[in-house]
Amino acid sequence: MIPLRLTCFTAVSAVGCGTAETLDSLEQQRSGLAPCAFETVDVETHVGEVPGVDATALPESLRGFSCRNNRLAQLGLMQDGFAAAVAASAGHWGPRRVGVFLGTSTSGILETELAYRARDPAAGALPKDFNYAATHNSFSVADFVLQTLHLEGPAAVMCTACSSSAKVFASAQRMISAGLIDAAVVGGVDSLCLTTLYGFHSLQLTSRLPCRPFDVARDGISIGEAAAFVLLERPPSRLDGDAIMLLGTGESSDAYHMSSPHPEGRGARASIHQALTAAQLAPGDIDYINLHGTATISNDCAEDLAVTSVFGTGTACSSTKGATGHALGAAGALEAVICALAIQHGIMPGGLSTTAVDPKLNLHYLCENRRGNVRRVLSNSFGFGGANCSLIFGRGA
Amino acid sequence: MIPLTAYIDGIGLLGPGFADWPSAAAILCAAAPYVAAATVLPAPLSLPPPERRRTGRVVKLALAVGFEATTRAAIERSSLTTVFSSSGGDGFNCHEICQVLASSDRQLSPTRFHNSVHNVAAGYWSIAAGATAAANVLCAHDASFGAGLLEALTQVVVARTPLLLLAYDTQYPEPLNAKRPIPDAFGVALVLAPNASAPTLAKLTAMLTYNDADHMSEPPLEAMRASIPAARSLPLLKKLAQRESGRVIVDYLSHVRLALEVELCS
Repeated sequence: MIPLRLTCFTAVSAVGCGTAETLDSLEQQRSGLAPCAFETVDVETHVGEVPGVDATALPESLRGFSCRNNRLAQLGLMQDGFAAAVAASAGHWGPRRVGVFLGTSTSGILETELAYRARDPAAGALPKDFNYAATHNSFSVADFVLQTLHLEGPAAVMCTACSSSAKVFASAQRMISAGLIDAAVVGGVDSLCLTTLYGFHSLQLTSRLPCRPFDVARDGISIGEAAAFVLLERPPSRLDGDAIMLLGTGESSDAYHMSSPHPEGRGARASIHQALTAAQLAPGDIDYINLHGTATISNDCAEDLAVTSVFGTGTACSSTKGATGHALGAAGALEAVICALAIQHGIMPGGLSTTAVDPKLNLHYLCENRRGNVRRVLSNSFGFGGANCSLIFGRGA
Repeated sequence: MIPLTAYIDGIGLLGPGFADWPSAAAILCAAAPYVAAATVLPAPLSLPPPERRRTGRVVKLALAVGFEATTRAAIERSSLTTVFSSSGGDGFNCHEICQVLASSDRQLSPTRFHNSVHNVAAGYWSIAAGATAAANVLCAHDASFGAGLLEALTQVVVARTPLLLLAYDTQYPEPLNAKRPIPDAFGVALVLAPNASAPTLAKLTAMLTYNDADHMSEPPLEAMRASIPAARSLPLLKKLAQRESGRVIVDYLSHVRLALEVELCS
């Protein structure tokens, strides 16, 4: 696989607006989870809500896209000089040679949920100002980002539930390999809504407490929200040694169940193997694994089996969902940005809220931050429907 | 740039007035008249009974066209990489969820929730076909067919493995239908391979173009093309049905379309 450069990256989540705040939270082991006070939701759970989303204004000409998900996207695009980096890339390659591939699970469905409450009592019609295409439809966020950044390349939204924004890295990598484009804005945007809060609750998959990945007493997820963006580019012939690169991608399907992972982690193991093969690396070359680690009983068991079957029990692993919550369709991109920060700053973030690692789980789970030379990392993302993706990032040289 | 070339080895089709690929092909090449009729979705017998009971229209549609295309291509389903593309998920399921969430009792059914994911058809396909390879599931609103085809061709040329593309849309009930009117269900599946083989029907090469998409000359078919995102495939299907080599432009994004060079193989 042709490695690609992460020319610029940014993230907004419950642990910070932009990479500086995100890194600081990771270093201070600060969690963004708090008791759920979102909208009128009466589920007893913790969430990773991003402050300031509703106050974020969209550009005047794109007001039609107004919804929590696109405001969160806008907040993300404003961080870390991301929009300027994309403008420079489009200037270099041409706007037709820069694609947009984003992941989401629920897009702006919150607008529809609210619109249903405001239905005309007699006719049952939705409010006049409700705009399906610009808010509810999954493509809305990619259309919004295309127009905000003045890009004219291919675009699509990936919707494989919680692996959506990991798989966009593979999609963009293929498009660049085929020579269709030279650069791509990839990432994920997912925002709090009633569908996921009540939905995961109905499956008894939400924890009342802040989620505790890999803990013996873990009992479910904490839902979060995030916008994370990466500018992926065809690398120049001479690479800066500090450059962060996408080295490998792997994708598989469980073919097992709609909402439970394969109990032995069959699909997860396949995606990890593929990513290692694509990167031409051996398991021992990986310094840190950012786990999917949702803190459900079944995910952590299956992922533990998959990871230990490939890596044994020595490789440092953690889930950052104890800090950020599970950002669902944005989790893959958010955790890709955390992996890039791990490599840049030599930090392997300890998993938060986990006090007693489940003795039945055998991977080497970090509860405290570890410092060291982080050359290559693996990030796992697994979604409903058995859609798995593993990504490998590393230094340019 | 690598030419975005793949070989079409099998086609599956279901839509209003279209019962399967051979009968639809007869209509598209004007050998038979088009008779408007509601889309008939078969029960997904490929799924185990518990899963079968939980499936909605979108899953029935995707599975039906996927099985038709792979049967025609005589290819082992379990080995195929897949690309699913749809403008929306299961519209009826979405309506039910929004209705419950707007009521005083917000208890959702777990099945409703897991059927709400956009990749629901991909999940059930992988179970029905035993398919453990990658499944990518896209949405690009009205551009969903073009986005799916581009993703599929890119995967075939980069990974050099056969792939199943499924593009499908179903309607929303009211009140969402008034905001997103999709008149009926339409699905198309193409088995795409990196090399020609016995079942190959045509060679397909795609390029980005900034010219306008081709329309259908027959008013009811043009209405279908314009109103159902997956039916944006009709100009390509017509070319294949007419058994003609030539160039066709299918719709994609508002700023770019796909020019397809079709070369007959058998």
